[in-house]
Amino acid sequence: MANNRMIVGFFIASESIFFLMLILAYVNFHGSVTDGPTAANSLNPVVTGIFSLFLFASSFTIWLAGKSLRNKNHLMLKVWILATIVLGAVFIFGQGLEWSGLIEKNITISRNVFGTTFFTLTGFHGFHVCVGLIMLSLLLGLALAGDFKGPKSDAVECISLYWHFVDGVWVVVFSVIYLWAFL
Amino acid sequence: MSSRIPIVPENTIPLPSLKANNGLLSWVASVDHKQIGIMYLIITLVYFLLGGLEALLIRVQLAHPGNDFLTPETYNQLFTMHGTTMIFFVVMPFLIGVGVYLLPLMIGARDMAFPRLNALSFWLFFFGGILLYYSFFTQSGAPDVGWFAYAPLSEKPFSLNKGPTYWALGLLASGIGSVASGLNNVVTILTMRTPGMTMRRIPLFVWMMLVTSLLLVFVIPIITAAFAMMLLDSLLGATFFTPAHGGSAILWQHFFWGFGHPEVYILILPAFGIISEVIPVFSRKPIYGYEFVAASTVAIGLLSLGVWAHHMFAVGLGNVANAYFSLASMLIAIPTGIKVLNWVATMWGGRINFATPMLFATAFIIEFVIGGLTGVAIASVPIDWVVTDSYFIVAHFHYAIFGGSVFAIFAGVYYWFPKFTGRMLSETLGKWHFWLTVIGFNMTFFIQHFLGVMGMPRRTYTYYDMPYWGSMNLISTIGAMILGLSVIVFVWNILASLRHGKPAGDNPWNAWTLEWATTSPAAVENFELVPPVRGRRPLWDLAYPDMPDEPGAKIV
Repeated sequence: MANNRMIVGFFIASESIFFLMLILAYVNFHGSVTDGPTAANSLNPVVTGIFSLFLFASSFTIWLAGKSLRNKNHLMLKVWILATIVLGAVFIFGQGLEWSGLIEKNITISRNVFGTTFFTLTGFHGFHVCVGLIMLSLLLGLALAGDFKGPKSDAVECISLYWHFVDGVWVVVFSVIYLWAFL
Repeated sequence: MSSRIPIVPENTIPLPSLKANNGLLSWVASVDHKQIGIMYLIITLVYFLLGGLEALLIRVQLAHPGNDFLTPETYNQLFTMHGTTMIFFVVMPFLIGVGVYLLPLMIGARDMAFPRLNALSFWLFFFGGILLYYSFFTQSGAPDVGWFAYAPLSEKPFSLNKGPTYWALGLLASGIGSVASGLNNVVTILTMRTPGMTMRRIPLFVWMMLVTSLLLVFVIPIITAAFAMMLLDSLLGATFFTPAHGGSAILWQHFFWGFGHPEVYILILPAFGIISEVIPVFSRKPIYGYEFVAASTVAIGLLSLGVWAHHMFAVGLGNVANAYFSLASMLIAIPTGIKVLNWVATMWGGRINFATPMLFATAFIIEFVIGGLTGVAIASVPIDWVVTDSYFIVAHFHYAIFGGSVFAIFAGVYYWFPKFTGRMLSETLGKWHFWLTVIGFNMTFFIQHFLGVMGMPRRTYTYYDMPYWGSMNLISTIGAMILGLSVIVFVWNILASLRHGKPAGDNPWNAWTLEWATTSPAAVENFELVPPVRGRRPLWDLAYPDMPDEPGAKIV
């Protein structure tokens, strides 16, 4: 039914406003840190950039999963959902590495406004990735149980819409935090 | 043709009752839009009484200068909880709840598009309210920083108690419920309409709910993000809104009012919708200028997103920003004025029946216009600088929210109570309720305009014995007591009419929209057969097949 895709579309619009506010807060304080850690002196754009590629690639694999379902290729549907989960998990692993490295250097959410806005923005994004991974795992379980006959499934389409959104948010967040500081 | 002209005045469907079916479980586990709607209405009535009690305590404290009936701490908690309760747990959920009950009926649908999501919205609202009110039982007491919770006052080291945390958590939960309601309403209205029910034929209440729901979807996430930041500040030591650590208190104000101003339109647009249903039915005329009422609503919805900083003229944002926000705010008077004109033009030359719903609807127009006029006045920066944070502002927004939204809510309750329960509310008690409300409301709040101009500040627990302040405040307090009495009459009317009210029949007001085509209370499946929709007033077309609203719609 069109209902499901429509509500996911409006939900994503609503979520976009939520992330817009977090990004505005980051931008608002971008120039105001006079001492202590900033994006430019404490982040590593290359390592995070490489882990970002895994997330961007996962958008491609979830699209392939939907395409496999349309072709009624049930094996490849499962393979591509699994690949998406793995790629997303690698990204979250990378974010965990980055966070623990920063916290070891005593750069935390309470250190200064850079820490506050950086951890809030990347944290809420990471939370959304984790929610997406849970939904993808459910999808994989249903696919293994043979729930999706094809060629269409609202569950697959809605979750991949959400996953593309999480990806798109990271494009903006990565640009605002990393590219703005280093380019 | 199908003959479902509602004529049978006998009430065959039992009233909603906890004893019927499987008792409480059939309500708690319900995903039926009518049961969920009624649960919204019952809970908001409870909060209305709580919020009203808080207001009466405030007015008793202010009855004479230097009063020590309440401590300053308690006073701060009471005005914070009064504002928060009335906005987030009375007016907003009432309008959402009445929408949940009526939207599917008005568009000829079986239920909302997502019934389980609908139940989720309700329970998030329900538990959000409990989370907020639980703060009264904690050692540190309820939140005491105003419904706007200005940082850094609401944060460490100025607020060391847990009140603001409960406040943010409770509103966060109910806010997520509101977003879900908004999503559900939008999809329901766009996809679930019965054949023939085009967007140009849906009742105006549905139009207003559509715009309101879009505002919920796009505006609530602003405050959700701000609540998240506030909670991170207070729980994890983040520094968003603490200037001492590099944060910005003004940022909180921008975020709060970026949500807060559209929020007041979320409170008033569905009220406009109720008025746009009641006035035509009791004037026996179709609404004047349907397209203009609908389009001006869309205009108000869009304008409301760009005017938030008129709450912040005293901050000192600079002349350019002040001028823009002042002009943009005044623009809103145009689409609002269009609506008032349309309602008056609908009444003009009509056979007006002043039953209680129409009395409240007529008073709504007058009281709301007073609130609107003071609103245009304080949109002007110099006037705002003089009266900001005074009782003039208190008077202004009570005329908009009580004289506007709450009067419309009363009109809606008297209008749809027969549909919800199958019984009429008593007209005698209704007229007592109406006149006590009008007298009490104007006595309480009109005089506060003058108190404000004379310089009495709001949000202070007492005041010096300045000339006339004591007697004027006493008048206001007596008005509040009359208002309290009117609420007792209202509750008495509901309780008495539920048991002994006159049976309503399907369509006691001879109204024209689809909710009146089904039984009262509406049957479980809503409609056995949805009447054909060939115009904006399907039941008129059914009753007078020779004179349909739309010339081409003659039923052969």
